[in-house]
Amino acid sequence: MRVLVIEDDREIAHFLQKGLKESGHGADLVDDGEDGLEMARSGDYDVLIVDRMLPRRDGLSVIQTFRAEGHRTPVLILSALGEVDDRVKGLKAGGDDYLTKPFALSELLARIEALARRSAPEELETRYTVGDLVLDRLSHKVTRAGEPILLQPREFRLLEYLMKHAGQVVTRTMLLENVWDYHFDPQTNVIDVHVSRLRSKIDKTFGKALLHTVRGAGYMIRDGAE
Amino acid sequence: MAQSRLFVATPLRLALLAVAALLVLLALLVGWTFSETNAVLARQVARTVAADTAALSEEFERAGRSGLLAQIDERRLADPDAIFLLLAHRGGAQIGGNITYVAAMHDRTADGYIFRYARRPDSPERLAAATQRTLPDGSVLIVGRDIDEQRAYIERVRLVLLGGMIGVALVGLGSGLLLSRHILRRIDGMASASRAIMDGNLSGRIPRSDTGDELDRLAGSLNTMLERIERLMIGLREVSDNIAHDLKTPLNRLRNRAEAALRDDDGSTAWRDGLERTIEEADELIKTFNALLLIAKLEAGAVEETLEPMDLAEVVADVTELYAPAAEDAGFRLEHTAVPPIPVLANRQLVGQALTNLIDNALKYSARQVQPDSVVPAISISAVVLDGKAVLTVADRGPGIAAADRERALKRFVRLEVSRSRPGTGLGLSLVTAVAQMHGGAVRLEDNEPGLRAILELPLDPTPRPAALVKPSSPAGVKVEA
Repeated sequence: MRVLVIEDDREIAHFLQKGLKESGHGADLVDDGEDGLEMARSGDYDVLIVDRMLPRRDGLSVIQTFRAEGHRTPVLILSALGEVDDRVKGLKAGGDDYLTKPFALSELLARIEALARRSAPEELETRYTVGDLVLDRLSHKVTRAGEPILLQPREFRLLEYLMKHAGQVVTRTMLLENVWDYHFDPQTNVIDVHVSRLRSKIDKTFGKALLHTVRGAGYMIRDGAE
Repeated sequence: MAQSRLFVATPLRLALLAVAALLVLLALLVGWTFSETNAVLARQVARTVAADTAALSEEFERAGRSGLLAQIDERRLADPDAIFLLLAHRGGAQIGGNITYVAAMHDRTADGYIFRYARRPDSPERLAAATQRTLPDGSVLIVGRDIDEQRAYIERVRLVLLGGMIGVALVGLGSGLLLSRHILRRIDGMASASRAIMDGNLSGRIPRSDTGDELDRLAGSLNTMLERIERLMIGLREVSDNIAHDLKTPLNRLRNRAEAALRDDDGSTAWRDGLERTIEEADELIKTFNALLLIAKLEAGAVEETLEPMDLAEVVADVTELYAPAAEDAGFRLEHTAVPPIPVLANRQLVGQALTNLIDNALKYSARQVQPDSVVPAISISAVVLDGKAVLTVADRGPGIAAADRERALKRFVRLEVSRSRPGTGLGLSLVTAVAQMHGGAVRLEDNEPGLRAILELPLDPTPRPAALVKPSSPAGVKVEA
């Protein structure tokens, strides 16, 4: 995956570049809004990471202009600003996701991978399959090895999100944001309990585990044989 | 009090102005009274004199000079103030009358003279007003009245009025000075008290005289303001102390762990372990800072445009559903009641976070309570419309908070002694308070007998849009037991 990082803080930019390269991604750095917009237009990138506050052209303006020109490359906004209304403004300007500094590298990697996957036209898929686990998005039915599994509505949405991002790390905050639509960090590990309940329904009675915990990052659903 | 300052003081200037205005008015009044009195008396004299002259002229025509002289004799006995004089001709010898000596011409009036006279050459001179008429035989009849007493009376009236004016001026000036000194003294007292407060004695107050006058009212409201400022300053000091303590402790811990890991000869495993724990500590610190920033932002009130119409019952259902499994694992039953719709104009994220913080607190602080029997302790969450307000309640059966500590518990970084050892930023409840205030609501802590009942009140949406409320949601309204 090729990532363009538009960020004027050199330390954060290099930290990002190093982290992206170690995870097998290509990363270009640019440190102001005008050049960033130019490179975003010409380059062939899978994801843009744009800082909110940039010299010469503000991050939000970069995204607005980029979107107005018809580009659809997913954009992750990085911001040092608090989250109350800045997040809404960022997403309105055309950003696809929003991450507040400071952040864990694992969180950022999980999010850009989810973004890159989102740009693929798989929204039309009506059925997700991981190993012998099948989720039907139209009939809201879940089966494993042909056996029906009964899920609560929220458990269904949780599994749907995990399976949509099968093979990718999904963090706790991503789950809270996308399944519950809350953008804050609960003190207690409420998400873990939901995931472990889901796991007991889809994994326990079947020999092979599909829903894995990724230490220090989050969760991933995948067929072990992959 | 410096004398020079007394004379530039506002009260004295006002008193002087009032006295001057009063004096001008009084002068006009006195002048008018005086001239009017004078005129009335003069007219009275003129009338009497005219009547006497007419009667005597008539007598002369009827009975001649001898009749006139007899009439004069008769009249001067009846009226001792009357003055009669008959001259042979103008400037000629005296033929009759009751005075013998005219000392000097004093003044001329419209129809006669005022002059000094004496009854006899040795008697004291007096003032008289008179007119003269030339009779048909060429003799001159002068008829007049003694006006000496009248003049003395008018003089006395003038003196009394002038004296009164001087008295008024003196009393006005004196009371102006006294009032001015009194007010200046009190204002100086206020000024020196406020200087002392500015110099750092925040517990100082403006002195009051206990008369309840307007200066006291001013002092009263200034004192209320000072109390508020003092409370805020104490709060601020408490916050900085607590920040210093609450941030320094984890920073120390973080540093010590990093150092210990570095000293460890075991190498990579110990280093990795140390670094991981360092990151964990740093994350906690970042959480604390984020909460502080969010509270500051909410208190600045800069996020009002993010409010949208929503159903509070839905948030309660969502968050309860989110927390139910975690609560169950911690040994609690989470129950909720909320009858939709409860229309509020709110920021869903913030209200959700406030509710989350309240549930977190309930889980955290009632966790170690020993239950007498095997009953699963419940945490109940409810949202109702009460007295025109949306009332959100989170009630637990834990140890609760002593009545004296409840208000303090809502403040930033205040962690009551019992909770100092537990994890947390110490900002949970103050964030709830900030969220409530930002929405125009309030937070209260009450005794749940036993346990704590945290109540978050939000104003109802004055113009609920039905479309925003008929969103299908989980079966809120029925009691959900997780």
